[in-house]
Amino acid sequence: MSSPAVPHPHAGAAAAAPAMPVAKFLATYVFSRDHKVIGLQFLFSTLLWFIVGGLLALAVRWQLAFPWQGMPIVGRLLFSAEGNQISPEFYTMLFTMHATVMIFFVIIPILAGAFGNFLIPLMIGADDMAFPTLNMLSYWVMWPAFVLMTISFFVPGGASAAGWTGYPPLSVTHGAAPASHAGQTLWVLALVFVGISSMMGSVNYMTTIIQMRAPGMTMFRLPMTIWGMFITAVLQAFALPVLTAALFMQLLDRTVRTGFFIPEGLVINNEGVAAGGGQPLLWQHLFWFYSHPAVYIMILPAMGMVSDIISCFARKPLFGYKPMVYSICGIAGLGFIVWGHHMFMSGMNPALGAMFMVSTIMIALPSAVRHSTGWPRCGAARSSSRRPCCLPCPSYRCSSSVGCPGFSWRPRRSTFSSTIPISSWRTSTMCCSAAPPSACSAASISGFPRCSAA
Amino acid sequence: MNKFWCLLFLAVPVLGVAAFAWAPGAGYWLPRDISDHGWQIDHLFYFVLTLTGAVFVATELALFWFAWKYDGRTNTQPVRFTHGSHDVEVLWTLAPAATLVFIAIYQMNAWADVKMRQPDVPVLAEVTARQFEWRIRYPGADGRFDTLDDVHVVNDLHVPVDRDILITLKSQDVLHSFFLPNLRIKQDAVPGMKIPVWFRARDVGEFDLVCAELCGWGHYKMKGRLTVQSASAFEQWLAETAAAQEATQEPEVEESE
Repeated sequence: MSSPAVPHPHAGAAAAAPAMPVAKFLATYVFSRDHKVIGLQFLFSTLLWFIVGGLLALAVRWQLAFPWQGMPIVGRLLFSAEGNQISPEFYTMLFTMHATVMIFFVIIPILAGAFGNFLIPLMIGADDMAFPTLNMLSYWVMWPAFVLMTISFFVPGGASAAGWTGYPPLSVTHGAAPASHAGQTLWVLALVFVGISSMMGSVNYMTTIIQMRAPGMTMFRLPMTIWGMFITAVLQAFALPVLTAALFMQLLDRTVRTGFFIPEGLVINNEGVAAGGGQPLLWQHLFWFYSHPAVYIMILPAMGMVSDIISCFARKPLFGYKPMVYSICGIAGLGFIVWGHHMFMSGMNPALGAMFMVSTIMIALPSAVRHSTGWPRCGAARSSSRRPCCLPCPSYRCSSSVGCPGFSWRPRRSTFSSTIPISSWRTSTMCCSAAPPSACSAASISGFPRCSAA
Repeated sequence: MNKFWCLLFLAVPVLGVAAFAWAPGAGYWLPRDISDHGWQIDHLFYFVLTLTGAVFVATELALFWFAWKYDGRTNTQPVRFTHGSHDVEVLWTLAPAATLVFIAIYQMNAWADVKMRQPDVPVLAEVTARQFEWRIRYPGADGRFDTLDDVHVVNDLHVPVDRDILITLKSQDVLHSFFLPNLRIKQDAVPGMKIPVWFRARDVGEFDLVCAELCGWGHYKMKGRLTVQSASAFEQWLAETAAAQEATQEPEVEESE
C-alpha cells in the first residue's frame, strides 16, 4: 500500500512544507513520477472538466426546457445581441462540446488516468508503474489538449459544432457549419494529443500488469478492477491508432484540402468545393472502429470496480470470477468487429449491416453473463454495508441494466433503433448509464483502499 | 443494507414499468404506422421490449430481495463462502446464447424487407437533401429524369397510396438523413452516393418528413411534408404542379448543379 520512494502526498506536505525548495516541490507535486500523484493530477484535472461539461449540458437542458427563452444571467453576458437566447449555432456547439469534453476529457482519463494510475500498482503489489517518466508525460501531454480545447471556445465561429462524432463533410468543409473554421481544427488537434496521452498510458498499464505483479499474484488472482483496466489498456493500444490516423486525415482535409472524406461535386452554400474523390463513409468506419471499443474503455474499469466493491462489502468472493474474466475478454475481442452497428442507416452495404447485426448480437452474450449474473448473485451474500461508498454500486447496476449493456440493449439496438424515433431516448439513456460509473468511481474513492485491503 | 435504500432500488423497476404503462396513453410512443412493412419493425420492438423487460424486472427484484433479506444488521447467520457453481454458469450462458441466436435469425427478414429487397418499379422521385431543405424532382410526363419536363418541388413530397414507391436519395452538401417516422423509414443521404429507398403507404394523409442526421445549425428546421394520396389525386397534383411550373417559363427551383 505504500510507496517507499516518495512520501504520501499528504504526509509529505505536512512534514516538509516549510523547508521544501521550489525544485523539490515541482518534482514532487507537479512533474511527479509517482503514480499516486499522477493519478491525483488526472483526477483533479478531469473533475475540473467535469464541471465544464456539466455546465454545457445545463445550457442544453435550458434550451430544451424553455425553448427560445432568454437565459437569466449567462444569456445577458454571452448573447445579449440575440435577446439572451441560445442561438441554433450556439446550441449545436453546446452539445458537441458537452459530448467531447465528457468523453475525451472526463470519462476516459478519469477511469484510465486517475483510477488506473492510482490503483494498478497498489492492487498488484508493484512499487510504481513500469515507466514512471512515460507516465508523467502521459499526464502532461493532456495539457496541450486542454489548452487547445479551451482556446477553441474563443476563436471566431466558436468551438466545434459538428457533433462529437465530427462527421465530414460537415466537419471538414469550410462554411458548412458556423464553427468550421479554426474551432474544428483545434478540436482535431486536441483529440490528437488526448490520443497520444492515452497511448502512453495504455503501454504503461499493460507492461505494469504483465511484468510487475507481486510474487503469487497470478493473472487469475487479479482484482476485477485490474482486469478491467488491463482490457481497457489493450483496447486503447489497438484501437486508438486508427482514430489518430483518421484525425490526421481530417486535419489534412481541412488544412491542405486533401480529399479523403470529400466526394466529387459538393456544393456548400451555393459554392463548389474544390477537393473531391473521397468518401464520407470512410471517416465513419475509422471513427467507430475506435469509438466503439471506446465504449468499453469507458465502462470496463467501472464494471471492474463495481464487481470488487460489491463482493467486498457483501463479504463474499466474486461469484463466477473466471467466467467474468472470460466475458470481458470476449467483450474486448468482439468489440473490434461490431463498429458497424453505429452505421446501420449510414448508406453502407445492407449485407454488411446484416453481418454487424449478428456480431452485435454475439457481443450481447458476454455482456449478459457479466451483468445479469455475477453481480446479483454476489449480492446474495450477506450485505452488511451501510457505508456510503457501496451505495453507488447497486444503483449503477440498476441503471446499467435499464440502459446500456448486455441483454437489455443490444438486440433492441441492432435492427431497428435507427428506424424508429428513439434516438434521443437512446442518447440520454447512454448518458444516464455512463454517468453512474463515473459517479460510482468518484464516490468510492474512500472505499477503495479498504476494498483492496479486504 | 438500509431498508430505505432497498426501497429506493425497488422503485427502479416499479417506476420503470409504470413509465412504460403510462407512456402510450400519454402520446409518448411510436408514431402511427402507415406502412406495409412497419408492423415487422414494431413487432420486433415489442417482442424484444417484452423479453428484456422481463429480464430487467426479474434481476431488479432479485437485487432488491437480496439486499432486503440479507441485511447485515438483522441477519445474524455467519457468512458462507461459495465459489460459484459450474452448472448454473453453464445454464445462464446457454440460455441467453440460445435466445440471442433466435433473435439474430428472427430479425433478418425485417432488415431484408427494409434494406435489401428493392421492388422492381421505376423511380418515382429523386430527393436531394441540402442545408436545410429537401429538393424533390419528379420525372414529369415523359417518365425520364434530366429532361425539360422534370417537375421540381421543395419540402413537399407527394406519393400515391398502396403502390410500391421507389425513391433515389442524394445529398448536395453534407450528410442528412431521410426520415419518415410514420413509414418506419430512415436512410442517410450521403454526398457522392445515390441510395435507393422504398416503401408502400397504406393510408392517405399528411405526415412528417424530417432530417435525422446533424447537418448544421439549421438541422432542427429541416422539415418537409409527405402527402400520401390516391393515385388519381396524385396524378392531378403532379399535372397541376407541372402546369404551374410551365406557366412561369422557368423551373420553380433552379438546378444548382
